[in-house]
Amino acid sequence: MESGGAVQSRHSNRPGSGRTSRRRTRRAPQPRYSAGRLLSKGLTKADWPKVWRHHDLKPRYDVVIIGGGLHGLATAYYLAAYHGVRNIAVLDKGYLGGGGSGRNTAIVRSNYLTPEGVRFYDRSLKLYENLASELNFNVMFSQRGHLTLAHNDGGLRTMRWRAEVNKVQGVDSEVIGPEEIKKLVPSMDTSAQARYPILGALYHPPGGIIRHDAVVWGYARAAAGLGVHLHQETEVTGIDVRHGRVTGVRTTRGDIATGTVVNCTAGWATLISEMAGVEMPVTTSPLQAAVTEPVKPFLDTVVVSGTLHVYVSQTDRGELVFGASVDPFTSYSVRGSLEFVEGLASNVLKLMPGLSKMRLLRQWAGLCDMTPDYSPIMGPTSVEGFFVDVGWGTYGFKAGPVAGEAMAECISTGRTPQIIAHFGLDRFRSGRLVGEKGAAAVGH
Amino acid sequence: MMQLPCPWCGPRNVTEFRHHGPHSPRPEVEPASVEQWHRYLYLQENPCGPVEERWYHSAGCRRFISITRDTYTNATQPGEHP
Repeated sequence: MESGGAVQSRHSNRPGSGRTSRRRTRRAPQPRYSAGRLLSKGLTKADWPKVWRHHDLKPRYDVVIIGGGLHGLATAYYLAAYHGVRNIAVLDKGYLGGGGSGRNTAIVRSNYLTPEGVRFYDRSLKLYENLASELNFNVMFSQRGHLTLAHNDGGLRTMRWRAEVNKVQGVDSEVIGPEEIKKLVPSMDTSAQARYPILGALYHPPGGIIRHDAVVWGYARAAAGLGVHLHQETEVTGIDVRHGRVTGVRTTRGDIATGTVVNCTAGWATLISEMAGVEMPVTTSPLQAAVTEPVKPFLDTVVVSGTLHVYVSQTDRGELVFGASVDPFTSYSVRGSLEFVEGLASNVLKLMPGLSKMRLLRQWAGLCDMTPDYSPIMGPTSVEGFFVDVGWGTYGFKAGPVAGEAMAECISTGRTPQIIAHFGLDRFRSGRLVGEKGAAAVGH
Repeated sequence: MMQLPCPWCGPRNVTEFRHHGPHSPRPEVEPASVEQWHRYLYLQENPCGPVEERWYHSAGCRRFISITRDTYTNATQPGEHP
């Protein structure tokens, strides 16, 4: 450990953004998954070995990552795989992927509104495209296309705006009319008699859905294979700061000495940052979602309506997954509410009247860490060695891989990579906000 | 449905109200420093536990009211501010 907040790796740090020059430092020592292995396991009925195991808490780690969700695990993986930092602990008060990583609606897209946002989320989409081979884990990414509906002139104007920003950045995105929408989604009511007639849509072919648990498990397995310690049921109770720099983390399982702490705790971000004495412009609101019983495949795009506050996709199992806007007040409660499903069902039926006989299987909620400009807060803070990767709001899951990659570079080199340069905590003081609310899937 | 205790209307459904967040008085324009404005605009309290907040009863008496709510359980009681 040394000054500047950078973690000295055993290998030399590669300068620059590293987007083209990176090499993996070493392949994971775990046995690889393959079709041949699947066949032999099926024939011999032998158990699959565990992919990560329980460790005792070591008294010292080079990097302590708080939050064992997608962002924390991805940061650990990229640090270990590309920057040679192996002495890492990932702490989670519950189980891996039990927070937002397991509660989102698994939609991936990059059709954002600001150039900074489009660049950032498109890098994430590119990483998702190669994630299965990168992690040797089937993440079931289905790039089935993503439709954001416009029901009024204002909506259509925003769609055109987004389409132009996207095209300039090389992102496949265009505005299409009701006839083309009807061809893509025959079950949708595109008639002029609908309660909210559909005027057009922003069509984003590379967008799609993914198996969110598989992404978490893939990163966890790959990180564990590189020697990262994954500590579940380990709650952080305090962060030690001396003379303006981090010296350790206190947990329910003991104390850890470390010079680098990363806050990847989404909804609990302000509580963790407060332990280090860093104030965050973040509030926590629940976002509810629901899923129906499985039916035959009939919907092979992701459909989003901001006016109706709903997004719909059909999983590989045939269930329809419905997401919505965040609840109208801040809260840490993840209990679902009846008024939410009532409103959701009525809105879904305005889009697809044919679903009226379908039954909901379950509903749930996750916590969103909302920022004033709907862009994340990433990078170093006023406390040396204390990094944040928070403020994801409703965009966290899509950003997982690029957030991990950028945070790993930031921590390892001590320099903020260009791709996240606009997402620093200092922007709220300088007034250089990155307003991304216009790209929200639904009105919040 | 979750209900809020309105001092004027009694317990009413939460959908009748608009959430305004923890009590945070706007600083005086003239003497306020940049730091005070930054704090007022961006640094809202976000505790996990009891907090006193302002709600606007938009579909009822249309008054601002004060309510103490536990943000973890959503249990509410009348606040101390008027």
